[in-house]
Amino acid sequence: MIEVENLHKKFGKNAVLTGLSLKVEGGGIYAVLGPNGSGKTTLIKSILGMVVPDQGLIRVNGQPTHRKWKYREELSYLPQIANFPGNLSVSELLDMIVDLRRQPARQQELIAEFGLEPFLNKKLSNLSGGTRQKVNLALTFMFDSPVYILDEPTNGLDPASLIRLKERIRLEQSRGKLFLVTTHIMQFVEELADEVIYLLEGKIYFKGTLEALRQRTGQNDVEHAIAAISTQEPNA
Amino acid sequence: MHALRLTACIFGMLFFWTSRASTWVVCPDCELSSIREAIQRAAPHDTLLIKAGTYLEYDIRIDKPLTLLGQDRPVIDGQKKGEIVTILADSVTLEGLSIRHVGVSYTTDYAAIRVVKRKHFRIRDIDMEDLFFGIYLEKAQQGEVTGNRIRGQAREEYNSGNGIQLWYCKDVQVGENEVSGMRDGIYLEFSDRIRIQNNRSMNNLRYGLHFMFSNDDSYTGNRFESNGAGVAVMFSKNIKMQGNTFRKNWGTASFGLLLKEINDAEISGNTFEENTVGISIEGSNRIEYLRNDFAGNGWAIKVRGACYANTFRANNFLNNSFDLAYNSKVNDNRFEQNYWSNYTGYDLDRDGVGDVPYRPVKLFSYIVNRTPETIVLLRSLFMELIDFSEKVSPVFTPDNLQDERPLMKRVHDRG
Amino acid sequence: MLKILKYSFYDLMRSRWSYVYFLFYLALGFVLLFLNNDLSKAVITLMNIIVVLVPLIGTIFGIMYYYNSREFTELLLALPVRRSSIFLGQYFGVAGSLSLSLLLGLGIPFAAYGLFRSGAVWDFGLLLVTGAFLTLIFTALSFNIALANENRIKGFGYAVLLWLLLAVIYDGLFLLSLILLEEYPLDNFSLAATLLNPVDLSRTLILLKLDISALMGYTGAVFKEFFGTHMGLLVSLGALVLWTCLPIWRLAVRCRKQDF
Repeated sequence: MIEVENLHKKFGKNAVLTGLSLKVEGGGIYAVLGPNGSGKTTLIKSILGMVVPDQGLIRVNGQPTHRKWKYREELSYLPQIANFPGNLSVSELLDMIVDLRRQPARQQELIAEFGLEPFLNKKLSNLSGGTRQKVNLALTFMFDSPVYILDEPTNGLDPASLIRLKERIRLEQSRGKLFLVTTHIMQFVEELADEVIYLLEGKIYFKGTLEALRQRTGQNDVEHAIAAISTQEPNA
Repeated sequence: MHALRLTACIFGMLFFWTSRASTWVVCPDCELSSIREAIQRAAPHDTLLIKAGTYLEYDIRIDKPLTLLGQDRPVIDGQKKGEIVTILADSVTLEGLSIRHVGVSYTTDYAAIRVVKRKHFRIRDIDMEDLFFGIYLEKAQQGEVTGNRIRGQAREEYNSGNGIQLWYCKDVQVGENEVSGMRDGIYLEFSDRIRIQNNRSMNNLRYGLHFMFSNDDSYTGNRFESNGAGVAVMFSKNIKMQGNTFRKNWGTASFGLLLKEINDAEISGNTFEENTVGISIEGSNRIEYLRNDFAGNGWAIKVRGACYANTFRANNFLNNSFDLAYNSKVNDNRFEQNYWSNYTGYDLDRDGVGDVPYRPVKLFSYIVNRTPETIVLLRSLFMELIDFSEKVSPVFTPDNLQDERPLMKRVHDRG
Repeated sequence: MLKILKYSFYDLMRSRWSYVYFLFYLALGFVLLFLNNDLSKAVITLMNIIVVLVPLIGTIFGIMYYYNSREFTELLLALPVRRSSIFLGQYFGVAGSLSLSLLLGLGIPFAAYGLFRSGAVWDFGLLLVTGAFLTLIFTALSFNIALANENRIKGFGYAVLLWLLLAVIYDGLFLLSLILLEEYPLDNFSLAATLLNPVDLSRTLILLKLDISALMGYTGAVFKEFFGTHMGLLVSLGALVLWTCLPIWRLAVRCRKQDF
């Protein structure tokens, strides 16, 4: 469960979040959408504690997160840009993260799932962007966390890997996990998301199921629905 | 030592046999138990053989030519009552004694041994401890002071005396003595033709060796260490200074050697090591500095006041904080073919002489002369930078002050 | 924190820069000792290097490492790890590997030279300890700068400027004020000014052991009393420790407020 109350964050003069409140409970996949600069990444990073909010309160499973770190044991995060320390090999990176998290990990399962065996002894700096993203995914799903936060998970993936990713997400969904996913790929949203959270100008503009979104905008196609939503009044 | 004493005895006996002089034995349990009494009884050219024991005597006046020979180092204890031995006759020899507890006075310079206006004295192998003055030669001539050990415990200058003092003396040899813990180790005033050789003067309050108004003297092969300051040569002419070692004369205004108003001298083959200032020169002209070693001093040479026509040749300047300090912009002294460990030039033609001149005066040493506190910036990068810029284009330091032919290797032949 | 330290340290031990640094000191030590054959001159040259180069290398290396390991940092930030552990771990990783390169790089040639059987071992030890302190201090300062500046070029510029300030400009101002104020008693002033700059402090500390103690007598009683005693040594080392702890403490506090 993630609760966000009245979250404010400015970077310099640029107010990115302006009183955002959000509550997601139980399992399910929540797609966090919004135009560029609407505060998606800032919201995610605030939940992760990487960005320190100016104001507001965040709770993960009932625990306030401000200046805490222990709650991150319940979170697995997939960063948008998969940059890793270049002179480590894949297996060293995985081992290191396991060592640092001090939690049980299904390392072999994920290595097999994303076909990383041939790369285990390669240096991360020598990997292609797609392979790195696979490592990134393996790293995230290695841990059996109640909450997964994925920032643009489909970046640079080949179709086969994309299918595996979707399968993995569905599997975890069936186990009652909570997902927060940002993405620009509407097809991905359509296939997977239970609910859509639409951010605009630092606030939640819309939160509801895809069905509700379609009804409200009168658009059948999600892509058009999303495009149309920002032109409407919030409570129309 | 035994052999020495034996030969001394044999010589003494030969002397006694030829001159028909007799020997008086003095010992605490003998019939003759007082040195003073023995002197009274003895005839000129007799020998007093003083056996081991302690003699509580002072004011012993030797007024006839006698030889006082200690056997197994007898002790004469003056109980701090005054002077102990005064030599008032020619040809007196003192040897193998131990003399202690000289009286301290603010009006009279009490000494362990004093020679007054006499010749041909020999003072050898005497141990002196707890002193005011050690050996005081007053208008004495043609004698020798050798192999003595003088140990004082001076703390303040005003109530301590000198180890060996020569006042209006001529032709005296001072050799192989060890002097420590006095005011000046050896002090010469108005004394000429004195030869000071192979002495060790250490831990004295003021100077290891001090010349005032004394001419035609020489000091060679001596060692001056950890004194208030090493050697001061002032207002004296024609002093020969060779092969001495000046070490660890530390502290404010301390130096290895001070030359004040000295003209026409040669200073060669000496070693100046770890002194605050190696040689401090004031108003001294036409002096040749040859084949000396200056190692690890604060300043190797400090030139103050007017010094003209001095020559520095074939010296080794090794790792001194400053090689040379100058307080004027004018230079009339020559630096030729010295070795400077701070030299960074090159020798392309391989003739052993650096191709670019060396400038021994740093801008920093000039600054330190002006504002002594700036010494805290010694060896800082900033100082190295401004020293470098001064080296490239001299503004504050005399621009003709340089060694045109600096050596690439240190001078080893220092004979 | 120790785990992060371990990984940062391993990471650095694999990077070629640590080896370059290590080999540089190794070569320097051997060249100084075996081509020069004059221990006291070698130690003085070494001092110049330690006082000037070690801070510079610490600064540059620190800031480079910080910027280059940003991804690693971001990866770590999302893990259940305390923030200060991440930064302190990385800091000690860098500072530790730099200090180790310094200690081994110089220690090996001097040990081979037979220094540890000679009396100069304490002077040399002090030299190394001071070098290690300077590495710790300047790496910490550069981490602080990097943390405050996301722009690498800006951060790099500030870091080099900081080094220039402490290694050169400070002494220039110091000298200027000594000359301008020469009519006043300057002992306490110069003492304070020396303690306030880690570069000057280290230089003085080393010089005390080498040649300056003779010259210090020249500058008056306060200085002599201070630096000539064990007390002075302790206070100087204390000031170095303070110089090390303050930026590390600030790093630990500041990193909690930083956004990534």
